[in-house]
Amino acid sequence: MRPERSFRLEAVVLHHSDWGEADRLLTLYTREKGKVRAIAKGARKVRSRKAGHLEPFTRVTLQLARGRDLLIVTQAETLDAYQPLREDLLRIGYAAYVAELLDRFTYEDESENRNIFRLLTETLSRISAEPDPWLSLRYYEVHLLDHLGFRPQLFSCANCKTEIQPVDQYFSASQGGVLCPKCGVGLPGVWEVSLDALKYLRHFQRSTYREAKRARPLAAIQNEVESLMQRNFTYLLERELNTPGFIKQIKK
Amino acid sequence: MLPDPIQNLILALERLPGVGPKTASRLAFFLLRAPLELSSALADALTELKSKTGLCQECFNITLAGSERCNVCESPQRDGSVLCVVEEPLDMLALERIGAYRGKYHVLHGVLSPIEGIGPDDLKIKPLLERVRRGEVKEVILATNPSMEGDATALYLRQQLQPLNVHLTRLARGLPVGGDLEYADQNTLLRALTGRQEMS
Repeated sequence: MRPERSFRLEAVVLHHSDWGEADRLLTLYTREKGKVRAIAKGARKVRSRKAGHLEPFTRVTLQLARGRDLLIVTQAETLDAYQPLREDLLRIGYAAYVAELLDRFTYEDESENRNIFRLLTETLSRISAEPDPWLSLRYYEVHLLDHLGFRPQLFSCANCKTEIQPVDQYFSASQGGVLCPKCGVGLPGVWEVSLDALKYLRHFQRSTYREAKRARPLAAIQNEVESLMQRNFTYLLERELNTPGFIKQIKK
Repeated sequence: MLPDPIQNLILALERLPGVGPKTASRLAFFLLRAPLELSSALADALTELKSKTGLCQECFNITLAGSERCNVCESPQRDGSVLCVVEEPLDMLALERIGAYRGKYHVLHGVLSPIEGIGPDDLKIKPLLERVRRGEVKEVILATNPSMEGDATALYLRQQLQPLNVHLTRLARGLPVGGDLEYADQNTLLRALTGRQEMS
């Protein structure tokens, strides 16, 4: 059967860039077909009917048509603009981080992953509503890895498989999880992880958001968890992300 | 296949935005057949483009090389107490075309973009803050585009400019001339409604 010429999708706009004279190239994460790229014709013109619905971090319903080599947006309507998020520079940065992470980890293979789509929309709502979105972001990171098939092993040593004892451990991105002190000590490319940081990561990994939300880690542990995940992402993606540096700059 | 001079020109033209291999070859062959004046005028214009232009040291608009300040900054008719902050020199040109603005400008040369990793240090923000600190400026108009990146830039500038005790404004947004309410997005419509104007 030939693929349909025109179809309807629900999507979140992850990223846009200028294209041609007055068009925009959109990177979308859709509920039905995963990551998709599409052209919005004339979206940079002041009188475009679509432009206002296609800003980054908007949840939209789209009518798409298959063009010669790219998809073309023919209609767009906002479902949720996550408006409070847009009025705070730091939250814009966080939303951009969420979008960048997903963009870097996924390919355009038109495969559906509703769990990721739900996690994405829920995280954007949380970033616009929570007084401090720190936890929403860490929860997103842990569960995104889970849905992508990169779930880190946090309950037994990734090398010798023995159960993790309540002491400080090591973390190895290349082995995909925690190493017990016996296996981890002195190994190149592994870094230390405190027992407290590990406890929070495990808690986020196996809890629902409502349960995870109750956690109140100390600032030092927050920093440790955050930089551990950052280093893990840099390893998995083989390059650094752009948004953490941006967030640091605007926090100055 | 083609002699090098033509091939080189085609390759050079192909690097321009919106020009593909077909357009590039058509342009190259057009120039080959056209009178010599045309191609030499084009060549001169291209070399002078870089060598005879520079940035205004005040507002960072494009200006003639050798002159420190641009026409707008030099002009005694322009009001130095109002500063309009734009993303690109072309935005300034668009504002100049309406002919109603009498203040001066500041060109940022870009816009904050978290995903592209473009931060405040990559734009002409520090010189703007210095300009405002000198005290002559009473009002700063933030005229960045009404997009996520433009808004992020405006929010950052607000954060930086607020302590400097200057009057901050942002270009109004709402319905475009000839637009249609039915197709307006919620965000635009909401702003058009809250920013509605008295009809007297």
